[in-house]
Amino acid sequence: MNKEFSSSLKSFAIELIVYSAVVFAYFFLVLHFLGDWLYELFHDHRDWYAVIALAMIICQGVGLEYLTRALLDFIKPRTED
Amino acid sequence: MSFLISGTHIDPIYLMGVGFVVGMLGGFFGVGGSFLAGPALFAVGVPMNFVVGTDLAHIVGKSIVAARKHRTLGNVDMKLAAIMVVGTIAGVEIGADVIQMLKHGKYINWVVGITFIVILSAISVFMTWETVRTFKVFGRKKSAQSQETHPSGRDRSAFAHIAKKLQSIGLPPFVSLPVSGIARISIWTILVVAFVGGFFSGFLGGGAGYIRMPCMIYLLGIPTHIAVGTDLFEIIISAGYGTISHALKGNVDILIALVMHTGAAIGAQIGATCTQFLTGPRIRMAFIPLPLIGAIIVLHGLLAGHPH
Repeated sequence: MNKEFSSSLKSFAIELIVYSAVVFAYFFLVLHFLGDWLYELFHDHRDWYAVIALAMIICQGVGLEYLTRALLDFIKPRTED
Repeated sequence: MSFLISGTHIDPIYLMGVGFVVGMLGGFFGVGGSFLAGPALFAVGVPMNFVVGTDLAHIVGKSIVAARKHRTLGNVDMKLAAIMVVGTIAGVEIGADVIQMLKHGKYINWVVGITFIVILSAISVFMTWETVRTFKVFGRKKSAQSQETHPSGRDRSAFAHIAKKLQSIGLPPFVSLPVSGIARISIWTILVVAFVGGFFSGFLGGGAGYIRMPCMIYLLGIPTHIAVGTDLFEIIISAGYGTISHALKGNVDILIALVMHTGAAIGAQIGATCTQFLTGPRIRMAFIPLPLIGAIIVLHGLLAGHPH
């Protein structure tokens, strides 16, 4: 196994572990705090629910993308040392 | 864990696992993964109308991650994506309306399920045939200059002649797509392909990349890598519209979508990186068994009875 490949594998493994932990914590928080509120919104204000649902999934997509990039930037200089 | 909106009880780890697998497939093949995510949700008791709407919502988040990765790799044709969005949105709306009509009847699961099985099986059979033919042709003719060379000159397909014919349709207005290597193509050809993909997206859920991606490669003549990246980019907008449309109709459980997406975000990164290690025909060959797996899961769900 060459040095470059081993370095990228290490970087990827660290990223995956940190990322998974953050994501796990996040989704338990979302389920705990937003579940009932979203349920009420779904039944009482369907139009707001539609907008908020889309906004939430976009924010999560963008947020996780930034998190990944930040993790990569943070990890890469250390693994390249 | 209970998901009150859809009235289902599902293990969130299962949802994350499904998200991870479809995320990886999405990043690699440029498809939303609904051919697996839809059946996987249906199999654990999510009603079919929620399967369709929720899967669309989850795909919006997932495609953001994968499309951005593809954009940095130069795999997105923005001009093509912008034109396709128009046809896709019209198709999504009509597909969602058909679901709305079926929702009040008894047979929604069977109608959607059987359509799913037929479409997925047909795609798998067609792609097997095309890939085998492509490998046979290029196994014999080592030169890339044969008549079967992809119209863009950057990829190979046994159906290149069909793409060339469709590109020569003389119905104005025309557009050039330099990123995809297409000098001139009628906008109507692109819109029709996008509309068909959009309809199945609204009707079967997800981004319908399993239909749009092969159509872009074989009918429009887009190189496989560009088709993968552009499809993902276009899905963000069309699936976003589909999410709003289905959420207003009461077909989206956003909590299921959020949980699935957390797994998908990780998988999409891995999948997008992997596209750089394979050529177009090999990516297509790896894609072949996936729609069949989806079809088998749906068939099992229909025959075994819905757990809901």
